[in-house]
Amino acid sequence: MDWPRIRTDFPILDQQVHGHPLVYFDNAASSQKPRSVIEALVHYYQCDNANVHRGLHELSMRATDAFEAVRGKVARLIGAAREEEIVFTRGTTESVNLVAQIWAQQFLKAGDVILLTGMEHHSNLVPWQLAAKRSGAVLKHIPVLEDGTLDLSTLDSLMTEQVKVFSCVHISNSLGTMNPVRELCARARAVGAMTLIDGAQAVGHVPVDVQAIGCDFYAFSGHKMCAPTGIGALYGRYALLESMDPWHGGGEMINRVTLETSDYKAPPARFEAGTPDIAGVIGLGAAIDYLNSIGIAAIEARCAELTKLAYTRMSELPGIRLLGPESPRGALVAFALECAHPHDLVEFANTQGLALRGGHHCTQPLMKRFKVPGTSRASFYFYNTEAEVERMMDILHQAVTFFS
Amino acid sequence: MALSDELRDLYQQVILDHSRNPRNHGELTGDCIHVHGDNPTCGDEIDMWVKFGPEGQVEDIKFTGQGCAISQASASMMTVKVKGEGGAKVKTMLEDFRHIVLGDAPLQDEDALGELILLEGVQKFPQRVKCAMLGWRALEQAMGEAAHA
Repeated sequence: MDWPRIRTDFPILDQQVHGHPLVYFDNAASSQKPRSVIEALVHYYQCDNANVHRGLHELSMRATDAFEAVRGKVARLIGAAREEEIVFTRGTTESVNLVAQIWAQQFLKAGDVILLTGMEHHSNLVPWQLAAKRSGAVLKHIPVLEDGTLDLSTLDSLMTEQVKVFSCVHISNSLGTMNPVRELCARARAVGAMTLIDGAQAVGHVPVDVQAIGCDFYAFSGHKMCAPTGIGALYGRYALLESMDPWHGGGEMINRVTLETSDYKAPPARFEAGTPDIAGVIGLGAAIDYLNSIGIAAIEARCAELTKLAYTRMSELPGIRLLGPESPRGALVAFALECAHPHDLVEFANTQGLALRGGHHCTQPLMKRFKVPGTSRASFYFYNTEAEVERMMDILHQAVTFFS
Repeated sequence: MALSDELRDLYQQVILDHSRNPRNHGELTGDCIHVHGDNPTCGDEIDMWVKFGPEGQVEDIKFTGQGCAISQASASMMTVKVKGEGGAKVKTMLEDFRHIVLGDAPLQDEDALGELILLEGVQKFPQRVKCAMLGWRALEQAMGEAAHA
């Protein structure tokens, strides 16, 4: 694979920040966009822009065809049985909220258990806290071990008949932990629980097959996999989507409307009221085409290579604590330095052109679990290079000298 | 690779020293006011205990906390300067310190703040203003509670 050539597909990477070449290691927060995705947005607005689904004119038909073609691309990317199982949303957060509101409102009762883990992003924790509050259900969490993996020995006592919802993150944004989602979903299915996987850090990074995982729902965002911000998807097993009430009411999600009542379209239209983010969906499609042209397996291997190098080199730094298991891990390394608070380190790195993330990473309970106020995080994607990892090491060594 | 002047100004030796060895660190017991301040988005926290005299002067002050070097150093340097000062002067110092980090107005009493002027480096890092102000906002809250006690 010609990684140096692939890197040139990303115009944004070729710039100086504070007089230094940009090193972008905040990919777990948001990835950069290749030229083909940017051009797809420009092409759509310059040539095909119109509303979808309702027009009989040429532009509307073009927009509708381009829009709907992406549903199939998403379905194939994540191994859905049919493209009607893909609901377009604004991203992972909205996907989780859709399920935590609509499914929970219909099927969750007082005393039921919602089982999560201690490493959930706030976006897969707060919606369930709200659902628990509304329904009277009880929240429980699989604890996290010191090495950053889930304490699976607690499953026998936690995964009971009372569990009606099981949800967990596929790859932790704060630890890099890759959870055994297939085994966990099998355990949850055995007690009759509905399952939702938060795949924000997984789709476009590792091969994902929702049928092999055996989950009922799978949520992800486009912007962490080369697509624009503001677009993502919810996969739902079709029978389950069909059993659910609508979410937002409005155009597109109805069949017949009278002044008194309406009947609703079948999924996925039932959950897509109003004019969607058409350009975003088209950009998502272009991103999927782009990632497929490289190959998800090749991307996974490249990210693993960079992450392994970074992990090994970083573990040599004096006074560093690396969080999460050494392997397997997602394409990120989160760490705490004895001598510098994450915000001081990130500020230091920024003045050298290095983009890191510092703070609680939207996982405050996890920070408490590891007794750190926050961590710094370097996260990688396939367009990063070994030279950038070495440059980060130079900057980290300088920071240790500066703050010690 | 040279470090930028802005960075060196932000993290002067005095500031790093206060962050590593905070002065007036710990808790006060007895008749005093305890306040808690935090910046939830970054997780910085401070607990402050202030003993006010009958005229509102700061008789004693201590703090504990966790957070970035700027937040902890600013609080430490503040305690050194306000301890023993009268209420009116502390109010002026508070206003002046805000001017130092925002760079938005001339100071009323430059001498009172002494080495706290070193925190003017924060002006180049607007997202760190709330860090520098954390301890000061706690003190302001304690003064408010004392006035209503």
